[in-house]
Amino acid sequence: MKYEDIIHRCFRCGFCKLTDDYEEFNCPPHKKYRLESFSPGGRMWLIRARIKGDVQISERYQQILYSCTLCANCVTHCIFPFKEDLVNIFTAARESLVEEGTLPPAVRDYLKSIQTYGNPYKEPSAKRGDWANGLSVPAYDGQEYLLYIGCVGSYDERARKIARSVALLLKTLNISFGILGAEEICDGNEVRALGETWLFEGLAQRNIEYFKTRNIKKIITLDPHAYNAFTLEYKTLGADLEVYHYTQILAEKTAALADRLKTDPLEVTYHDPCYLGRHNNLYDEPRKILAALPGVKFAEMVANRGNALCCGGGGGNFFSDILGGGKESPARIRVAQAKETGAGIISIACPQCAKMLEDAVKAEDLEDKLAVKDIAELVLSRLETK
Amino acid sequence: MPPAARWKRHTEIINKFCHAKTDKGAFVNIYESLCAITGRDYVSREKEDTYIYSRDSGAEPPRPVDYVVMPGTVEEVQRILLFANEEAIPVTPLGGGFTLSALVVPQKGGIVLDMKRMDKIIEVNELSRYALIEAGVSQASLRAYLKKHHPRLQHSTPEAPPAVTVVGNALIQGHGHITPRYGLTSDMVNGMEVVLPTGEVCRLGSSAVTDSWYTRGPIPDLPGLFIGWFGTTGVVTKLSLKLYPRPQYREVIVFSSDDIDAIPEVIFELTQLDLLEDFFLITQEKPDWMNHIFYVVILSAHFEEELAMKIRIYSDVAKKIGNGKTIKVVENLHPALYKRFLDVPPQAAVAADFRKGGGFQYSAAILSFDKVPACWRKGIEIAHNHGMVASYVHQVLTCHSIMFGFNYSFNRADDKDIAAARQAIDESNRFILETEGMIWKGSSEAQKLIMKKMDPATAMLIEKIKKAMDPRGIMNPGNWEVPR
Ligand SMILES: Cc1cc2nc3c(=O)[nH]c(=O)nc-3n(C[C@H](O)[C@H](O)[C@H](O)COP(=O)(O)OP(=O)(O)OC[C@H]3O[C@@H](n4cnc5c(N)ncnc54)[C@H](O)[C@@H]3O)c2cc1C
Repeated sequence: MKYEDIIHRCFRCGFCKLTDDYEEFNCPPHKKYRLESFSPGGRMWLIRARIKGDVQISERYQQILYSCTLCANCVTHCIFPFKEDLVNIFTAARESLVEEGTLPPAVRDYLKSIQTYGNPYKEPSAKRGDWANGLSVPAYDGQEYLLYIGCVGSYDERARKIARSVALLLKTLNISFGILGAEEICDGNEVRALGETWLFEGLAQRNIEYFKTRNIKKIITLDPHAYNAFTLEYKTLGADLEVYHYTQILAEKTAALADRLKTDPLEVTYHDPCYLGRHNNLYDEPRKILAALPGVKFAEMVANRGNALCCGGGGGNFFSDILGGGKESPARIRVAQAKETGAGIISIACPQCAKMLEDAVKAEDLEDKLAVKDIAELVLSRLETK
Repeated sequence: MPPAARWKRHTEIINKFCHAKTDKGAFVNIYESLCAITGRDYVSREKEDTYIYSRDSGAEPPRPVDYVVMPGTVEEVQRILLFANEEAIPVTPLGGGFTLSALVVPQKGGIVLDMKRMDKIIEVNELSRYALIEAGVSQASLRAYLKKHHPRLQHSTPEAPPAVTVVGNALIQGHGHITPRYGLTSDMVNGMEVVLPTGEVCRLGSSAVTDSWYTRGPIPDLPGLFIGWFGTTGVVTKLSLKLYPRPQYREVIVFSSDDIDAIPEVIFELTQLDLLEDFFLITQEKPDWMNHIFYVVILSAHFEEELAMKIRIYSDVAKKIGNGKTIKVVENLHPALYKRFLDVPPQAAVAADFRKGGGFQYSAAILSFDKVPACWRKGIEIAHNHGMVASYVHQVLTCHSIMFGFNYSFNRADDKDIAAARQAIDESNRFILETEGMIWKGSSEAQKLIMKKMDPATAMLIEKIKKAMDPRGIMNPGNWEVPR
């Protein structure tokens, strides 16, 4: 396995499972199960035990590896020089399960769907652009930007609404963009996260080639997961792309809408998606957008930015649900943290977080107190219709 | 709840448990019985989980674990112990599991009782300066809680990783950042709630008589039956810990010297002033500029003038000890060191990566000051004999003794290196005892050395107490056993 030369260096001291001030346990599976085996250090030791032959692949081993959300809280808080490699190590351990063909059924099904249908929803590619029906969003045809939607925004009902809001906003702001619709191909971020590197590289190469043939150089992504794949992974495979998450574009433009925005008071908090925040250091842009909304009072959660608790959907868990729900699930804890701010809205900038947190709001019976809104939805809802 | 009502409730649970056992002699499914107590989510016998609990981060060899159980309430602890007692299943309580001497790795298998789910800070009494906490409360969460809700108070925080428990530290007579001023963490215990191996739930300290947890006496000192016993006498479920004023200003002043023989005198003189908050000695053979004896004194104050005065006084002291020739003030302290000295807790665990091997263990001893030079030299000799670079951090414990650490980093991927670290620890432990020192948080091997040297009458007393409290010998067996 890759990283075998450093894996023994984990002392299991546990800084990795905490926040900056060590106040909270912040590793989703450890927070849920509390067993040391589910902490990043526990995982490191088990991966090493597996390499040494001290433990075998089993359902529990799979559960421990795949309940990790790859949220990078450990990367942010580990105190050792090899910290940058922690998520890579967990991904490499998953890769070795893929190589041996010993995957949990939910992961296997996800990968099979991507191979067969090109998306995890088992939907035909022809329907990929349906989210834009009725919006007159232009197909990509040499505009400045490609708006890349990704599987979740294309097929998931809740996420489609977010995709529509983003597209509408970009139109309102007169951004020159187009979409690929049925021609869009899965970005593969989750495929890689689940350890299927070979399939991921195939998808990435197809996308890179396709972008080249269409002369696509600048991409705006809806989903931080796609943003992550394009910026961090595609680069290593030779892509030459300028990639933005839509909040980066909005952050520069929202102020221009100022005289068209409502001013009635509204209290909003913000949940940092891991693939924007910890993985890609985009913390300020969403906050800048919120700050540009008149009447909006921003209430920061105690655990924010690098300390934000993952919604539990990362690392493929949005699809595989190996981490699972229940009272101790990260999404429910996160919603409770949001409620503490007194805000009536949790704003987010990720369709996967939106869904996870919305389900958690329902589970916590907070529907009349907390609404989950993507930042694009929030901005749109503040636009005065003339 | 008043004491009598509490007693009634706990007795009811004991009785209910005993009556439920009608099928004596029948096969008992231990796993299912434990699940029935805590719920399935908090019991594991999976190999992957027991693998992690069967070893700690030090150099001790692994030992098998059968079950990991995470109770959420006192009653669950009570029922687990009743069950274990009935079935004679060993129970090892675990907090953070970070003594590095494998005290939480069972010597005779059975259940590891991981207390981390019991993590409530129940009460902070600001006026009487104490916190009542559950056994799983971590150092970090208590510190953060106090900072947020009681910023004028603090508790004594060890250099240990922040996820370790306050209770674990108190029970092993640990030491924190205000120990030099106020004493060991175990001295800061006002009282406890404990579950005995036979299921009774007792309160110790003022809470045994009143509903308040503000003082340990003046009644027979029962917390002593659980402090230093390594979980062999029962399970502590709650603990009342003394809190102390948290001064607003802190500063560090560092002295350096190369005179090992002068250490006892320097410590004596620096502690004679009675003005410091923290005081430790530190050295490291590499890089060269760290290869001196550094006396690190942390001063704290409520007022800026007070701090300035303390700094002035301590700077002047250097001029008086040995006519100004023994120690000198270190000017221009490196910013990284400045931060490391003032951080509470510092990231001391980085020592585990000194040799890029993820392993670190230390044997520690409470020594009288006069024994420090001999141990200082011996520690360096042992490190060199095993091909290691010597490094030390020793904290002065009030003005009477010192916690002296023999530190050894090792490479976890190299069995020979692990064996060398183990050997170095053993040599250190033997030397500690030869030098009339007291081994702290000793591993099972170290405990054997201590017990061999112990006054036989004292050893017999320990045995009698254990037998009286834990008749079936279920609590962390293998620890503090009298050699036959
Ligand atoms: C880098 C490093 C630095 C350190 N620095 C310090 C330091 O400055 N000062 C210091 O004191 N220590 C230090 N330590 C040692 C240790 O980590 C701490 O003392 C720590 O606080 C021990 O707590 P724990 O929760 O890990 O205890 P554990 O290891 O979980 O338990 C200790 C003992 O108490 C028993 N026990 C635990 N909980 C209960 C309970 N509820 N009821 C009954 N018995 C129980 C266990 O069975 C065991 O025998 C350091 C360790 C490391 C790795």
